Amino acid sequence: MLLITCPYCGPRDESEFSCGGEAHIARPLAESSLTDAEFADYLFLRDNPKGLFLERWRHAAGCRRWFNMARDTVTHEIVEIYPMGSGPASKAGKAAHAASWRRDTAAEAASKPAHKSRAKKDKVS
Amino acid sequence: MTQVNRLDGGLIDRDTPLDFTFDGRRYGGFAGDTLASALLANGVRLVGRSFKYHRPRGIISAGSEEPNALVELREGARREPNSRATMTELHDGLVARSQNRFPSLGFDLMAVNDRFSAFLGAGFYYKTFMWPKAFWERVYEPLIRQAAGLGALSGDPDPDVYDRGFRHCDLLVIGAGPAGLMAALTAGRAGAEVILVDEDFRAGGRLTMERETVAGINGADWAAEAAAELVSMPNVRVMPRSTAIGVFDHGIYSVLERVADHLPVPREGTPRQILWRVYAKRAILAAGATERLIAFDNNDRPGIMQASAVRGYVNRWAAAPAERIAIFTNNDDGHRTAADLAAAGVEIAAIIDSRPDAPASDVAELFAGAVVSNSSGRRGVGHVTLRLADGGRKHVSCGALAVSGGWNPNVHLTCHHRGRPQWQENIAAFVPGDGVPPGLAVAGAARGIFSTAGALADGRDQALAQLAELGIKVTSATVPEADDTPVKITPLWHVGGTGRAWLDQQNDVTVKDVGLAHQENFRAVEHLKRYTTLGMAGDQGRTSNVLGLAVMAELTGKTIADTGTTIYRPPYTPTPIAAFAGRSVGRNFRPTRLPPSHHWAAEQGAVFVEAGSWMRAQWFPREGEVHWRESVDREVLATRRSVGVCDVSTLGKIDIQGNDAGAFLDLVYSNRFSTLPVGRTRYGLMLREDGMVMDDGTTARLGETHYLMTTTTANAVGVYRHLEFVRQCLRPDMDVQLISATDSWAQFAVAGPNARRVLQAVVDSQHDISNEAFPFMACRAISVCGGVPARLFRISFSGELAYEIAVPARYGDAMIRALMAAGEPHDITPYGTEALGVMRIEKGHVTGNELNGTITAHNLGMAKMVSTKKDSIGAVLAGREALVAEDGLCLVGLQAIDGDHVTAGAHMFAESTPVDAAHDEGYVTSAAWSPHIGASIGLGFIVRGANRHGETVRLMNPLEGRSARARICSPHFIDPEGERLRG
Ligand SMILES: [Zn+2]
Repeated sequence: MLLITCPYCGPRDESEFSCGGEAHIARPLAESSLTDAEFADYLFLRDNPKGLFLERWRHAAGCRRWFNMARDTVTHEIVEIYPMGSGPASKAGKAAHAASWRRDTAAEAASKPAHKSRAKKDKVS
Repeated sequence: MTQVNRLDGGLIDRDTPLDFTFDGRRYGGFAGDTLASALLANGVRLVGRSFKYHRPRGIISAGSEEPNALVELREGARREPNSRATMTELHDGLVARSQNRFPSLGFDLMAVNDRFSAFLGAGFYYKTFMWPKAFWERVYEPLIRQAAGLGALSGDPDPDVYDRGFRHCDLLVIGAGPAGLMAALTAGRAGAEVILVDEDFRAGGRLTMERETVAGINGADWAAEAAAELVSMPNVRVMPRSTAIGVFDHGIYSVLERVADHLPVPREGTPRQILWRVYAKRAILAAGATERLIAFDNNDRPGIMQASAVRGYVNRWAAAPAERIAIFTNNDDGHRTAADLAAAGVEIAAIIDSRPDAPASDVAELFAGAVVSNSSGRRGVGHVTLRLADGGRKHVSCGALAVSGGWNPNVHLTCHHRGRPQWQENIAAFVPGDGVPPGLAVAGAARGIFSTAGALADGRDQALAQLAELGIKVTSATVPEADDTPVKITPLWHVGGTGRAWLDQQNDVTVKDVGLAHQENFRAVEHLKRYTTLGMAGDQGRTSNVLGLAVMAELTGKTIADTGTTIYRPPYTPTPIAAFAGRSVGRNFRPTRLPPSHHWAAEQGAVFVEAGSWMRAQWFPREGEVHWRESVDREVLATRRSVGVCDVSTLGKIDIQGNDAGAFLDLVYSNRFSTLPVGRTRYGLMLREDGMVMDDGTTARLGETHYLMTTTTANAVGVYRHLEFVRQCLRPDMDVQLISATDSWAQFAVAGPNARRVLQAVVDSQHDISNEAFPFMACRAISVCGGVPARLFRISFSGELAYEIAVPARYGDAMIRALMAAGEPHDITPYGTEALGVMRIEKGHVTGNELNGTITAHNLGMAKMVSTKKDSIGAVLAGREALVAEDGLCLVGLQAIDGDHVTAGAHMFAESTPVDAAHDEGYVTSAAWSPHIGASIGLGFIVRGANRHGETVRLMNPLEGRSARARICSPHFIDPEGERLRG
């Protein structure tokens, strides 16, 4: 049982929330041609670390807003809570974000429109 | 009946005598008694039979750690098994029975188990009930079920209410002994919001059971005064009869309050128990300590008790466990019991102190360096055998033996976050170690500070430390004077012998069992626990665990510190499932949703069915109809012939608005919606990102930036959640807003050739709904019945000319009545979910049965609906090679031949292949009797189905032991060209 501070409603019981798993998984744009394996990085592969984890949570029985949470999966310590679309601000959160294998995936690169031109260039070369 | 063992004094109210029965015999007691103290006062020692060997057992303790004295309370539906007599407050008329005995407590046939104990040792279940396999269900399990368990439930629903509650505080203090009271006083006087919980009905903890002075007055009186002061503070809440059973994250504690367990029946309007969730900024655990026993042969005889319990019964309840009591101790605390017994005038048979340097006693004969090696007596202890310091033997006659093996701090709650207690040599006990939950401090005996003065001071100090962290200032915090005698102990865990010496009396685990576990290499504490079941009973081994692992430590030659302890888990004490369920029982288990026409449908005598949380009308039987199919067939035929009406408000409705609403729908639907003209409706297919179909439905464009999506009833919540995820997590940049409108609108399908005529009678005349002005798939905001705002959609699930008309939900009841009145000339027929299902199967519309999570647009024959010209969720993976293979599953219709029946779930096989998984070609998803076709029909998926119309297949349903033959056909049994719905 966690006590979670919804950024919009304040501290509320865990039973009001639902956990959406790993955060910061950008959706690749369809026009990019990923291999099935690369697409699987985005769709199927999820981290399950022992220690600090950046997660998405939703205040399901409240304001219905999604937000991000940096939580230690061993101690349940909540290091920080920050809005969707933004990155972690804490040192530990930033480190966890930077250290994720996902940063180097083609799927993440393909979530940015800029990828399009690069992809074409790759094909040419 | 006289209370033969009742003494003078005590904290009982002799002006309030109470009657109770135990195993049908009447006894007397007083207000302030527990069932245990009253039984002892009446000279009752034998109160139960043990779990495995059915050995006679008596009361061991005076608190919640009691392993033996488990009884059945009350009668009828309130009968409650496995209640600890030590925690049961006596009330007038209390009915209690012993349990786990047959036919009677004095003569128990199952006691034969005791004779065969050699075969029932540790690991017995694992070794015995292994083979033959066929014996498991028929022989072993019934046998074990018959023999196992203690009391029995009544089998009737519990008539009482259980509740849940939520409380918040600065400081939660667990335990109202000297440390807890002092902590609560310190914090309360400083103005902090304090909650003090204690499992007893009287504050004071051990102070209620000792002869001690605090601040110059009797300790129990000081505790009562302290509690009164706390109760008088507006910032302090004192909760007696309340046990903190678990520590969760971020300062959340579970507290079970037994509101009415001490009453025959809960007071009007009050629950029996409340499970509180306490949100505490800080907490102090002052749970005290529990006295250990010492194992020796036949140490489980009734009358052999904790020495602290013996003096507790004498001091607090004026109940002597026997007329003549012997004391067996390895520490100074045993001598305290002797002094108290002497002061109360109870005869002391002997003090047996295992320490050769035992302090002298001036109240009884002392045997220093001696041990008790055995006991004897029928149904209770009569003699104990001493092994003297010089090796000699001696028999001492006594009716009770008070055993003091040292004290175990009640560290349990500190372990709920996997904290590991650590061994403290000078008190020979485990104290809280690493991993104590953040925000929880431990005070007093719970961390090994056993003297009253020490506990009081520690209570204050821990409170001051917590208050400082909370930023609450304290001006002064004095501690009253109290006893500060140190207790010396020389550990003694068990006395060697040839018989059986009990460690865990609730689960019947002996020293020999631990030896067997050691011999068979189950030496780690967690293995020892599982193999012997030591500490796995309801008491979680509170009187036995440390003994058991001390014995294991001896056998392995390790220290106790290295041997370690097992993990304690919530709940701290046994907690009724009813308390966890609270009010979520029966109809209140989850909410029931009623469609807007529910009351009207009930008036019509509709039969209802649960659809998710909705109660929907399943069919509307008419007089003379005896079989449900008569009603359903009639409803279908009447709708297809003239007109029918059905409440479809349960379909999910999601209002979507914003400049990017169209683009948003293009993303979540596989087909395009941004091009949909205003005033038109389009069928949409929604995919999961993995390419499987998630849901389908129609979406109407009500305005340039305003859409209304409908979903299936079953997926209404899931689709809305999905859209919110897409909006907030994937595309927060889009200007789009969502709101669920499912409950805001009452919506009715009006279907059949006369549907337009019926609607024209209710739609206000300025709205032209002719076929030309309002064609198939049109939608528009209109008004009905003289100005009531409404929305009209020309969509059809049945395949007929059909509309869905929506009005604000509060007009739903009036709308159905108006439609029925307007339809009377056309014999309008209300239909339920069954007829709805039949008609959609006849028309070949898919629903949850078909969209089962493994189905693609390709399987549905809708591959063209997955646009490749735009990005949409699921589009990429829907194109996976295997999912678009030519020989994939394909939606087909099925029509039974030879009078057979299509059944959903049946698997399809070609005419002449073997019936096995290798030749399985598909399966049936939906089936119905079609009154229109006059045959049993269905929908299903079969490989290459589009090219197999006309082929006969076998439908095999081994689960139901049925098979049938059917012809594959188009899924559109009716009007495949769609002329009816456009008419
Ligand atoms: Zn919120």
